Amino acid sequence: MQRATARASSLEASIELLSSMRFAISLLTVLAIASVIGAVVQQNEPANAYLNQFGQFWEPVFASIGLYAVYSAKWFLAILAFLVLSTVLCIVRQSVPMLREMRGFREHAREASLRLFARHASLAPTLPHEARRGAVTAYLTGAGFRFRVDEREDGVLIAARQGAAGRIGYFLAHAAIVLICAGGLLDGNLPLALQIRLGGKSPTSGDQPLARIPASARLDPDNWSYHGNVYIPEGGSTDFAVLNVDDGVLLQSLPFKIALKRFRIDYYASGMPRRYASDLVITDSDSGQSFERTIEVNKPLEYRGVTLFQSSFDDGGSILRFALRDLAPGARPPHPLDGEVGTRLPLAKFGYGYTLEISGFRPINVENIAPPSDNERFGSFFGSGAQTQNGENLRNLGPVYSFKLRDEAGQAREFNNYMLPLEIEGRKYLVSGVRASQAEAFHYLRIPLDSDGKADTWFAIRQLFFDPERRAALAERLTARMLDTSDESTMRERLKETAENTLALFARGGLAAISDFIDSTESAAEHPASEEDRQRAGAAFIQILQGLIWDAWMSAREASGHDALEIGDEHAQFIRDTLIALVDSIQYGAPLYLQLTDYKHRQATVLQAARAPGKSLVYTGSLLLALGVFAMLYIRERRLFVLLKADEALVAMSSNRKTIDTDETFARHCTGIGAILGAACTNNLQESP
Amino acid sequence: MNLASSPATSLSAPPAEPQAAQGTKTAPAMPSARAEWLKRRGFGDWFYALALIAAAGIAFLRYGEAMDAYETAILAIHVPILAALGWAWRPFRLFAAAAAVLSLLGIWLYQGDLARAEQIFFLKYLLSSQTAIAWMSAFFFIATGAYWLGLAARSNFAERTGSVLTWAAAVMGTTGLFVRWYESWLLGPDIGHIPISNLYEVFVLFSLFTALLYLFYEGRYGTRKLGALALLMISVSVAFLLWYAFTRGAHQIQPLVPALQSYWMKIHVPANFIGYGGFALAAMAGIAWLPGPQRLSAGRLPSQEVLEDVMYKAIAIGFAFFTIATILGALWAAEAWGSYWSWDAKETFALILWLNYAAWLHMRLTRDARGAVLAWWAICGLLVTTFAFLGVNLFLSGLHSYGSL
Ligand code: HEM
Repeated sequence: MQRATARASSLEASIELLSSMRFAISLLTVLAIASVIGAVVQQNEPANAYLNQFGQFWEPVFASIGLYAVYSAKWFLAILAFLVLSTVLCIVRQSVPMLREMRGFREHAREASLRLFARHASLAPTLPHEARRGAVTAYLTGAGFRFRVDEREDGVLIAARQGAAGRIGYFLAHAAIVLICAGGLLDGNLPLALQIRLGGKSPTSGDQPLARIPASARLDPDNWSYHGNVYIPEGGSTDFAVLNVDDGVLLQSLPFKIALKRFRIDYYASGMPRRYASDLVITDSDSGQSFERTIEVNKPLEYRGVTLFQSSFDDGGSILRFALRDLAPGARPPHPLDGEVGTRLPLAKFGYGYTLEISGFRPINVENIAPPSDNERFGSFFGSGAQTQNGENLRNLGPVYSFKLRDEAGQAREFNNYMLPLEIEGRKYLVSGVRASQAEAFHYLRIPLDSDGKADTWFAIRQLFFDPERRAALAERLTARMLDTSDESTMRERLKETAENTLALFARGGLAAISDFIDSTESAAEHPASEEDRQRAGAAFIQILQGLIWDAWMSAREASGHDALEIGDEHAQFIRDTLIALVDSIQYGAPLYLQLTDYKHRQATVLQAARAPGKSLVYTGSLLLALGVFAMLYIRERRLFVLLKADEALVAMSSNRKTIDTDETFARHCTGIGAILGAACTNNLQESP
Repeated sequence: MNLASSPATSLSAPPAEPQAAQGTKTAPAMPSARAEWLKRRGFGDWFYALALIAAAGIAFLRYGEAMDAYETAILAIHVPILAALGWAWRPFRLFAAAAAVLSLLGIWLYQGDLARAEQIFFLKYLLSSQTAIAWMSAFFFIATGAYWLGLAARSNFAERTGSVLTWAAAVMGTTGLFVRWYESWLLGPDIGHIPISNLYEVFVLFSLFTALLYLFYEGRYGTRKLGALALLMISVSVAFLLWYAFTRGAHQIQPLVPALQSYWMKIHVPANFIGYGGFALAAMAGIAWLPGPQRLSAGRLPSQEVLEDVMYKAIAIGFAFFTIATILGALWAAEAWGSYWSWDAKETFALILWLNYAAWLHMRLTRDARGAVLAWWAICGLLVTTFAFLGVNLFLSGLHSYGSL
C-alpha cells in the first residue's frame, strides 16, 4: 500500500520533471547542440573518407556512436522522442489550468489581492454612484474587453479580460511540435531501417546487372515511405528507383513506368545553365494508360502518391567517333573508331595491349577564363550592378571527353581531351590532359596546329622524329642545309654524328637525357666546365633539335606531296611549340592519341522519386506552429479589474507577459476609466510591492 | 515555474523607473477602442492609405495582364501590410514614400537602357543601384559615428543626426535594391530577378531590416541611446558587404541557378532576414544590458528594464518570422530538392538557431530567469546567428546553392 503511493508519487515527480519548463529548455538546448555535430561532420560519406579524416583509431569510435548519420542515430531519435514526450506532457498538464484561465474572469478576486497587483490605481469618482457601473462596462466593451460582474456587500467588482486567444496559441504551437516530429518520423529513414531489420530486406552491391539483383534487395510499390534516384537515358525507360543504403543499394519498384523522351538544358547568354528539364512519358502499371509531362527543377510531378523531382543529369551513352592516331614510330594513318560512353573497348585489334574505357562526355563546357583584376572590379563597383563583364570571363570550350587506357597489368591512365582546338596566347592547340592517378592534377599536352589548322603536321613530324630508321636521313638533311659542300668533310661528319646522337638521346629521354649527356661529357673533359659552357652546349643542342624539326617537317611535306617552305621567323614559333609538345609527348604515357572527330550526344536524366506520407502532418503542423507562435507572442492577455465602492474606484490590471507596454496599457485604461468616472488616474505603478 | 499559478501573482512587475516610464505615453480617454483607433488616424494616414491603393491600382492597370495570380495576390497584399505598417509606425510612411519616389525616379531615368547608368548624372552619382548602395553604406557609417558622438558627448543633436542618417541610409538601401531589381531585367528578360538571391544582396537586406527594426524601437521606446550599438552592428555587416564586393566582385548581378527560380525565395529570404535582424538587435541590447557597459556609460545607455524589453520584443519578432522563414524553406525544399527536410547544413543551423531562441523565450517565461542569463544568452545567440547566416556558407558544404564565398 505504502509502496504503491510511493511509486505513484515518484511517477508524479518524474512527470512533473518531464513537463517542467526547465526540462523543456534543457531539451531544446541539448537538441541544438546535438544537431551541430551532424552539421559539422559530413554525413553519410563512404567509410574510407572518414578513415582519411579521422584516422585508424577514431573512425570506428565515431562510427559506433553514429556520428556519420547523426539524424538517424538512436540517441538523436531518443532526444527527439523526449522532446515530444515532454511537450505532450506539458500540454496535458497545462490544459486544465490554461482552459480555466481562458474561461475564468476571477471575479471573486479579493480587494486585498487587487491592491497587491503591480499595476493598480485608486480613483475618487465624481460621477453619480448609480451611473458608474454602466459607464465602466460601456468603456470596457468599447475597449474590447469581456467581463463579469460580482456584486459584493461593499461594492461591485467588474472583472474583465482580453486576449485569451494567446493561450490557444500555446496549444496550437506546442501540439504542432508533436505533429511535425511525428510526420518527420514517418518520412525519415526509420521505416526503411525497420524493413531491413524485420522485413528481411538487405541492400546489395550497386554494380551488377539488374537481373542479378535478388528479391531481398527489391521493395514492392506499396512501400509507403522512400527516397530514391531514378536514372533514365534518353529514349530509355525504367520503373524503379535506387535507394542508396549504407554502401549498398535497394531497388524500389514504382507503380508506374517512366520513359525519358528528352533531357534539356537551356543556357543563359553567359553560358550558365538556366533550366534543366526532362520530357517524360508516365505509364501507369495498373491501368496501362500513359500521359506526357515535363518536369524541371522547382516544378516536380506528383502521381500516385509518388513525387518525381528533377535532381541531376548524366551521360546516357553518347556515341563518340574517334580518329585513333598512332604515336609509335613508322607512319600509320589514323584509324576511325566508334565507342559509347560508359563502355569498354579492347584495342587489341588495332595492335595495342590496352582497353579503352570511355568514362565521360560533355558537349558544352563553359569555363572561366581569366577572372578580372581587382582594380577592374573596383572601377565597376559604382554605377549599375549589371556590368556586362559579369565578374568572370566565361567561354564555351566545346566538347570535352574523358577516357581511361588500361594496360594488361590493369594500370590505367586517365585522359581528358578537348575536341576543339583551344586558343592560347593567340595560337591554336589541340589539348589533351593526362594523369596516372586520381590524386594527381592533369598534365596537358598541347599540340600546335599547322597553318591550315590541322594537327597532322605535328603528328607527321613526331613519327619521323622518333623513328630510328629516319635518323640518318634527317641528320644528313640538316648537315646539307647547315654546311655547304665546300666545308671539309670531317666537320660535316661531326655535325651529322651529333645530330643523329641528339635524335637518339631525345628519343630516349627528351631534354633530360640531353642535359645528362652534357654533364657526363663535361665531367669527362680534363678542365671542369663553367656554367656558361653548359648553357652554350644546351643552346647548341636546342638549335640542332629545332633544325631537325624543320627538316622533319619539310620531308613530311615532300612525302605528302607539298613543296618545301622558305625557312623564316614566321615558322619559329611553330617549331618551338612543336618541340615542347614533342617533349611532353614523351611523358604522355600512351602509344596513341584519341582525337574526337564526331559524336552523337545522348543524355540521361536523374530524377528523385519520393514518397512522404508524413508530409501532410508536417505541413498542418507547420501551419499551426506559425499561427500558434504569433498568437502566443502577439495576442497579449490582459485582465482589468474595476472595484466600484461607495467612495472609491479601484482599478487594477494584470497580464501574463511582463513587458513595459503592459504598464502603458494600464495607464491608458486607467486614465480612460478615470475620465468617464470624472476622476484623475493617479498611476500607482511606483508603489508596487 | 508553477505554470498553474495565476499570472497576476506569478508576475513580478518591473519596478518602473523614469526610464521605463519614457516608453509609456498616456493617450486621451476614448469611449470605444474602435472609435479611439479611428480618431487616431490623422489625415496623413488616410492620404497614405489612398496613395498605396492608387499605386497598386496603377501598377495593376499598367502591368496587370503581365502578372499571374500569385503576382496579383502579392501586389494586393502589399496594400494592407504597408498601410498597417505606416499606421502603426508613422515615420514609416515618409520612408516608404521617399523610397518609392527615388526608386521610380531611378527606373524612369534608365529609360530601358543600362548604358545610361554611366551617362545620366543622377543615375551615375545617386540612383544607379551600386551608387545607391554605396550611399547607404556611407550614411550607415556616418550615422554610427553620430550615435557614438551622441553617447560620448551626451549630445541629443548628434543622436538626432544619427537617426536621420539611419533613415536616409535605409531609403538609399531600399532604392538600391529596387533599382537593382530593374537593372537585372534590363540585363535580359530571362535574367531579371528579385535582388535577394546571393550573399551580397541579402547583406544589403540584412543591414536594411536591422536598421528599420532598430528605428522602430527607437521610436517605440523614445530613446536613441541604443543607436550606438545597433549601428555598430550594421556598420560591421556593411563593412563585410563592401569587402565582399571589392574582393570578389560579388555585386555584379548574376542570373539565377535553376534551384533559385522559385516563388518561395521571394518570401523565404526576407522572412529569414527579419529573423536575423531581430536576433542581431537583441544581442546588441544584451551587450548594453551588461553591468560593464551600464557602469561605463554612466546611465547613458537605456535602463536594463528597457533593454530587457527590447531584447524580448526583438527576439519575439525575430523568432516569429524565423519560424515562418523556416517553414517556407521546408516547403521550397520539398519542391526543389525533393524533400522538405534534408538536414542540409543550412537547414540544420536554422533549426539550431530556432531551438536556441525557443529556449530563450521559455527561459524568459520561467520566473527564475535572471536578466544576466538572458542577456548573455542573447549575445551568444548572435554567434549562432552569424554562423547560421555566414559560417555555414564559409565552412560547411551543403545544398544551399548561393552565398558560397
Ligand atoms: C521545439 C519546442 C518548443 C517550441 C518551439 C516552443 C515555443 C514556445 C513559444 C514561442 C512560446 C511563447 C513564449 C513567449 O510568449 O514569450 C512558448 C511558451 C510556452 N512553452 Fe513552449 N515551446 C516548445 C516546447 C515546450 C515544451 C516541451 C514545454 C513543456 C514544458 C513548453 C512549455 C511552454 C509554456 C508553459 C509556455 C508558456 C505559455 C503561456 O504562458 O502562454 N514548451 N513556447
